[in-house]
Amino acid sequence: MNDCLWCNQAIIYQPSWRHLFTFVERTTLCDDCQSELELLNGKRCVKCSRKSDMERCLDCQYWSEKLGKDPLTANISVYSYNERMREMIAKWKYRGDYELVYAFRPMFVKVFKNHFLTQLKNFIIVPIPLSEMRLHERGFNQADALARLLPYYQPSILKRLHSEKQAKKTRYERMQTKNPFKLVEPINKPVILVDDIYTTGTTLRHAARLLKNNGCPEVYGYTLVRG
Amino acid sequence: MKNHFSLPTRIIKQLAGKRLLKRELPVNHQTYQSLTKLKLLHPIQPIIKKGFHYECQRCHNTKRSLFGMYPCSRCNQTHRYCRKCITMGRVSDCEKLYEWHGPEPNWPTHQQPCTWKGKLTIEQERAAKRIVTAIQLKEKEILIHAVCGSGKTEMLFQGITYALQLGMRLCIATPRSDVVRELFPRLKRAFQTVSIQALYGESRDKSGSAQLIIATTHQLLRYIHAFDVVIVDEIDAFPYHKDISLPIVTKRALKPSGTRIYLTATPRDDQKQRMKYQHLPHIFIAKRYHNHPLPVPQMKLTISLQKNLAHKQFPKSFLRWYFTREHSERQVLVFVPTIQIAEALKQTFTTLHSEIRSTFVHSKDPNREEKVDLFRKKKIDVLFTTTILERGVTFPAIDVAVLNAGHHVFDEAALVQIAGRAGRSPDDPDGDVIFFHDGKTNAMVQAIQAIKAMNKRGGFK
Repeated sequence: MNDCLWCNQAIIYQPSWRHLFTFVERTTLCDDCQSELELLNGKRCVKCSRKSDMERCLDCQYWSEKLGKDPLTANISVYSYNERMREMIAKWKYRGDYELVYAFRPMFVKVFKNHFLTQLKNFIIVPIPLSEMRLHERGFNQADALARLLPYYQPSILKRLHSEKQAKKTRYERMQTKNPFKLVEPINKPVILVDDIYTTGTTLRHAARLLKNNGCPEVYGYTLVRG
Repeated sequence: MKNHFSLPTRIIKQLAGKRLLKRELPVNHQTYQSLTKLKLLHPIQPIIKKGFHYECQRCHNTKRSLFGMYPCSRCNQTHRYCRKCITMGRVSDCEKLYEWHGPEPNWPTHQQPCTWKGKLTIEQERAAKRIVTAIQLKEKEILIHAVCGSGKTEMLFQGITYALQLGMRLCIATPRSDVVRELFPRLKRAFQTVSIQALYGESRDKSGSAQLIIATTHQLLRYIHAFDVVIVDEIDAFPYHKDISLPIVTKRALKPSGTRIYLTATPRDDQKQRMKYQHLPHIFIAKRYHNHPLPVPQMKLTISLQKNLAHKQFPKSFLRWYFTREHSERQVLVFVPTIQIAEALKQTFTTLHSEIRSTFVHSKDPNREEKVDLFRKKKIDVLFTTTILERGVTFPAIDVAVLNAGHHVFDEAALVQIAGRAGRSPDDPDGDVIFFHDGKTNAMVQAIQAIKAMNKRGGFK
């Protein structure tokens, strides 16, 4: 028995034969809290995971018009951004409650296996870095925390030079920002970029363009939340 | 060591009696360095190991599941941190907590701080005198058990006046931020010359440097040995009585020679036990300030209650009661167990009787203060509420109904408090209190017994 990471209520398991013969992973959220989170499924934009009836949503059409060739092959997100998710992200990222990342682990790993492990081979995982200052302030990088949950984790090969909080900007400002990243070493394998939230996709595309310009064949995005 | 480093008194007042994280210190890095060198700021270990468990030195949490680990990118180590008090800034092994070990600031003595000109009743006077004696004799703790609507705040004024005359520092702590918001303007009016601050989660001024502090009990996490007197209002309210660390923190905020004063209308079992064996000095105020007895609740058996509520309908008995009340001019406060039921019943009520103005409030309602205010101004006739309005609010003339009084959120204390909402004004000192239930619970029976017993002790038949 353990406690729910969000509401601290005890989680009581219904014992079954399965528990005796196989390894059943402990759930970290109680059923009530789990049901508050909304998994993304059904009809989605093939490019950015947003719920939409079109094959490509308007945002992604804008990106491919603007950039000519979109550096990001596709983005996969796990959850949609509802009220509960906003609260959880705030407590996790801004208050610094690192343990909350384990609340996302089961689905985050499962969706990763379904989408990537079956299709790609010989890839590397690159968490989106934070700037030195922000990292010092928070004590940990939330993208790195997510990447650690995945198999084949390794520290990031990207560096972030300066960073203003994206969340404070308007949509237009976000799409116009300069590329804040620097590459430490070039790679020639497919890359999966990991981040916490995909809102306009600017951050991921900056990183993707940099990687592609330096000889990377394909760049995917894997994010926890589609904002 | 001689203090050849002078800090403005404003800063000393902010630091004195606090236990803070580095980022909460009101000084810049340079001053911080010289203060630690002079040993005026004393670093303490934030999380210590005690036997088989760890203890957070800010919130005194010892529960294992409320400690977490994170890989720190500053020092490339894995640190333990406290998850319980994380909303007030993360306490982890990485950062020390700091206490002020410099000179105590001089709090001003006030000749005549109290600008309140009201008059106390005999009963209130008795309690006020007792509080003054407790502060005078530096008694450890005392409980004021006063029935709902007996004017507890006014009883405090003499004690506060006495303490301020001696230049003491005081704190009025309460578990609920609503109560802080209500007390703050009242005390500001009563003590106009004294520096008073209100501290709660969303309060703007967080410096906490005033002589008289009104705070939620959670805010006391940042204090240590700061106050000569701590008054805990509504000691039986959630979360104080469920949370083991809050009583520890309240005790810690007090100087070792200080006095704790508890106020409540419904003491919990542990306090009752301690009063019975005379481990806890107390005084009982049985009369409301307008000298009328407490309204005694009536129980109304309603077999179809659960079925009706599940279908978002009103039980017939409720509607019959509503439309045949003796004083139909009174507003009605309807308590329901959950947020969903409150919203659903309001919906049904409007479709049934659109001519009667009704609305709902609950803890997640962003407009909750506005709606309560409208109700107070008599612009709403029926208010559906969860237990958030069970205490600390006064409406002049209301009848009270509890739908599904057998639900576990309505424990004895809650029901006594709910009954205490009725008949609070001297112009209309009575009111109906009806518990609609589908089977008596111990809580309901005990609440009614407790109210009758209090009336008896107050000298009413």
